[in-house]
Amino acid sequence: MNEIGLSQVLFVSCALFFIGIYGFLTRRNMITMLMSVELILNSVNINFIAFNKYLFAHKLDGLFFTLFIITIAAAEASVAIAIIINLYRNYHTIDVEEVDTMKF
Amino acid sequence: MISTSLIALIPLLPIFTFIFIALFGRKYMPAYCGALGTISIGTSFLLALKVAFDYFTIEGKKDAAGMLTDTYHQIIPFKITWLQFSPNLSIDIGILLDPISIMMIVIVTFISLMVHFYSLGYMKGEERYATYYSFLSLFTFSMLGLVLSSNIFQIYIFWELVGVSSFLLIGYYFDKPSAVAASKKAFIVTRFADLGFLIGILVLAYYSQTLDFQTLIKCLTTDTPQHANIVAASFMGASALTWGLVLVFIGGAGKSAMFPLHVWLPDAMEGPTPVSALIHAATMVVAGVYLVARLFPVFSLSCPPALEIVAWVGISSSLFAAIIACTQTDIKRVLAYSTMSQIGYMMFALGVSGYGGENGLGYMASMFHLFTHAMFKALLFLGAGSVIHYVHSNEMKDMGGLKKLMPITHITFLIACLAIAGIPPFAGFFSKEEILHAAYHDNKIIFVIAIVTAAITAFYMFRLYFNIFWNKEYHASTHNEHHNTHDTHTEHSKNAHEAPATMLIPLVILAALSALTGFIPFGKLVSSDGKALITEFNPVFSIAPVLLASIGIFIAYAFYKKANPKALQVQDSIKGFYVAAYHKFYIDEIYIFVTKKVLFNLVGKPAAWIDRNIVDGLINLVASITEIIAFLIRRIQSGRVQQYAAYFFAGLLGFVLLFVYLWK
Repeated sequence: MNEIGLSQVLFVSCALFFIGIYGFLTRRNMITMLMSVELILNSVNINFIAFNKYLFAHKLDGLFFTLFIITIAAAEASVAIAIIINLYRNYHTIDVEEVDTMKF
Repeated sequence: MISTSLIALIPLLPIFTFIFIALFGRKYMPAYCGALGTISIGTSFLLALKVAFDYFTIEGKKDAAGMLTDTYHQIIPFKITWLQFSPNLSIDIGILLDPISIMMIVIVTFISLMVHFYSLGYMKGEERYATYYSFLSLFTFSMLGLVLSSNIFQIYIFWELVGVSSFLLIGYYFDKPSAVAASKKAFIVTRFADLGFLIGILVLAYYSQTLDFQTLIKCLTTDTPQHANIVAASFMGASALTWGLVLVFIGGAGKSAMFPLHVWLPDAMEGPTPVSALIHAATMVVAGVYLVARLFPVFSLSCPPALEIVAWVGISSSLFAAIIACTQTDIKRVLAYSTMSQIGYMMFALGVSGYGGENGLGYMASMFHLFTHAMFKALLFLGAGSVIHYVHSNEMKDMGGLKKLMPITHITFLIACLAIAGIPPFAGFFSKEEILHAAYHDNKIIFVIAIVTAAITAFYMFRLYFNIFWNKEYHASTHNEHHNTHDTHTEHSKNAHEAPATMLIPLVILAALSALTGFIPFGKLVSSDGKALITEFNPVFSIAPVLLASIGIFIAYAFYKKANPKALQVQDSIKGFYVAAYHKFYIDEIYIFVTKKVLFNLVGKPAAWIDRNIVDGLINLVASITEIIAFLIRRIQSGRVQQYAAYFFAGLLGFVLLFVYLWK
C-alpha cells in the first residue's frame, strides 16, 4: 500500500473546486451558493497545504496563507449573509432567479 | 511727465461705469445711472483735456532724450506684452499718444459727455434707461481704447468692440422689427468688412514681422529687408503691400460707411437719436479715417496706389451720398447721408495728401475736418433729436414752421447748417477750405467733384433746415395720429415747450464750438510728420466754394422757404434720376439680390443640403450602426448573477487555455 501522494491530494482539491463551481452556477438558493463558495475556498486551502507539505516541507508560507484564507472566508460569509438578509427583506425570497431587476 | 495712471483712467472710467451699471446700478439704482454715467464721462473728459494740454504744450515736443524740439513725437506711456508669438511678433496692450490720438480722445470724451448729458432729458422715462447708459459707457470705452491703441491687433479688438456696442445701441428698441433688422445689418456689413481688415493685418504682420504700429510703420517706410519682401511679393498684379493696405482700408471703409459698404449707416438711424449723434456721426464712423491716418506714412510713402484708391472711394462716396441726401424725407436719414458724404471728404483729403511738410496739407485738413465735423454733426443730430422729441415723427412732412416754437433749437441748428455748408466764419468753412486746397494741388478732377459736392451739401442741409423750421405753419393736432416715430416717448402734451434744459445746454455748447473751432490753429498741432504746418488763408481761393455753397443755400431757400411747387416741378423734370436717388440708387436692392437670390440659392442652399444630408447623414449612420449593435448584444446583460458568474468562469478558462497552450 503506497503512501498518499501529492497527485491524490490535488485530485481531491480539484474535484472539490469543480463541485463548488457547479454548485455556484446551478443552485438557485443563495445559501447553497454561499456553501459552494466555501467549497471553492477550501479546495484552495487544500492545495496550499498539499504544496507546502510535499514540495516545501521546511517552510510555513502555505500554512500562513491557509490561515489567512480561513479568516477572510469568515468575513466574506458574514458579508454574504448580510446581503442575503437584505435581499430577503426586499424580495421575500432568496432565489437568485427571482432577483434580476438590474438588467437592460 | 504725463502720468500713466491718469491716461489709463480715461478709458477705464467708462468701462468701470459700464460694469457697475450693468451689474448693480440697473437693479438697485436705475434712476441714478444716467447721472453716474455723465459724471464718469465728464471726469474722463477733464482728464483728456489735461493730457491734451500737457502733450501739446510740453510733453509732446520732448524727444527721446528729453530735449525740447519743434516736432511732436509719439509717446507710449504704457505697454504690456499680452501674447508673444515670437521675439518680434507680439500682441501688446498699450497706449500710444500722438497728436491724432489725443485729438480723438478729446473729441470722443467731449461728444460722449454731450450725448450723456443730452440723454438725461431725451431718454427720461425710458424703461431701459440704465441699460442705455451702460451701453453708452461700453461704447465710449471701446472707442477710447481704439484710438489709444499702440498695436494694430489691439485696434482690431477694440474695433470689434465698438461694432458690438453699436449693434447693441442700434437695436436698443428691440421690440421694433425694423430696429432689430437694422442692428443686424450694421453688424453683418461691418463684420464683413472687418474680415478684410483682419486679412490685411495678417498680410502686413506676416511680412513686417511685427504688429506694433511704430515698428510696423518704420519697417514698411524705410529701406529694410521686410520692406523689400513685401514689395517683391505680388499677387494678381499688385504687391503684397498694396493688398495689405487695401484690405485694411476695406475694414476702415466698412466702419466709415464708404461706398459700397455704406448700406448699414442710414438704417442705423433706427437707434435712439443721441446714439446716432455719438456713434453714427461723430466718433465710430470716423474710425476708418482714423485708421488710414494711423497708417498714413505707409500709405503715403510706400504705396501711393493704395492711397489713390482711398481718394477715389472717398470722393465717390461723398458725391453719391450728397445726391441721395437731397431726396430723402426722413430727417435722420438725410443727416446719415450727409455724414457719409462728409466722411468721404475726410477720406479723399487723406487720399490726396502727401507726407511731411507742405505736402501733408491734406492729412492735416482731414483731421481738422474730422474735428469740426464731430462738433457740427453731433449738433445737427442732437438738434434733430430735439425736433423729433417735439414733433414725434422723423418725416419732414410732419414738420415745418417750428422756428418760433423751438427758438434755441432753431438757432443752433442754423449754426450747424452754416458750418457744414462751409460758410465763413463757421468751423466747417476752414476745414473744408484746407481740404479743397489739398485737392486742388493734387488732383483737379477730385477738386471739381469736391466743390460740386460742397454745393450739394449746402443745398440739402438748407432743404432740411427750411423744411423743419420754415415752409409751413406747424399744426400739432395733425400729428397726433402719427406714431411712426423712431423713438417712443410719453404722450405729447398740447402746450409742449421746447426740450428740457438738459437737452438744450449741449446744443448751445456745441453751437458755440461749431462757430468757433475753425479758428484753432490746427496745423500747428496736428500734421502728418509732427512738425507745425502753417497754413495761410487765401481769400481768393475761397470765393468759388463759398459762392457755390451760397447758390446751394439760395436754391434751397427758393424751393423750401415757403411751400411751393418749384421743387416738385424740378423733381418731375428729372423724374427717372430723382426716383433712382430716392431709392438710394437701388444699392440695397442689389445687396438683397446678391445675398438672397444669388448667394442663398447658389451657395447657401447647396451647402445646407450637403450639411443636412451628407455631413449629418454620416453622423447619423454611425449612430444607427451603434444602436443596432447595442440592440443585438444587450441581452447579455440579463441581470442574473449566475449567468455573469458563468461568463466570468468561461473567460477565466479561456485565459487559462490561452496562457497554458497557446502562449508559449
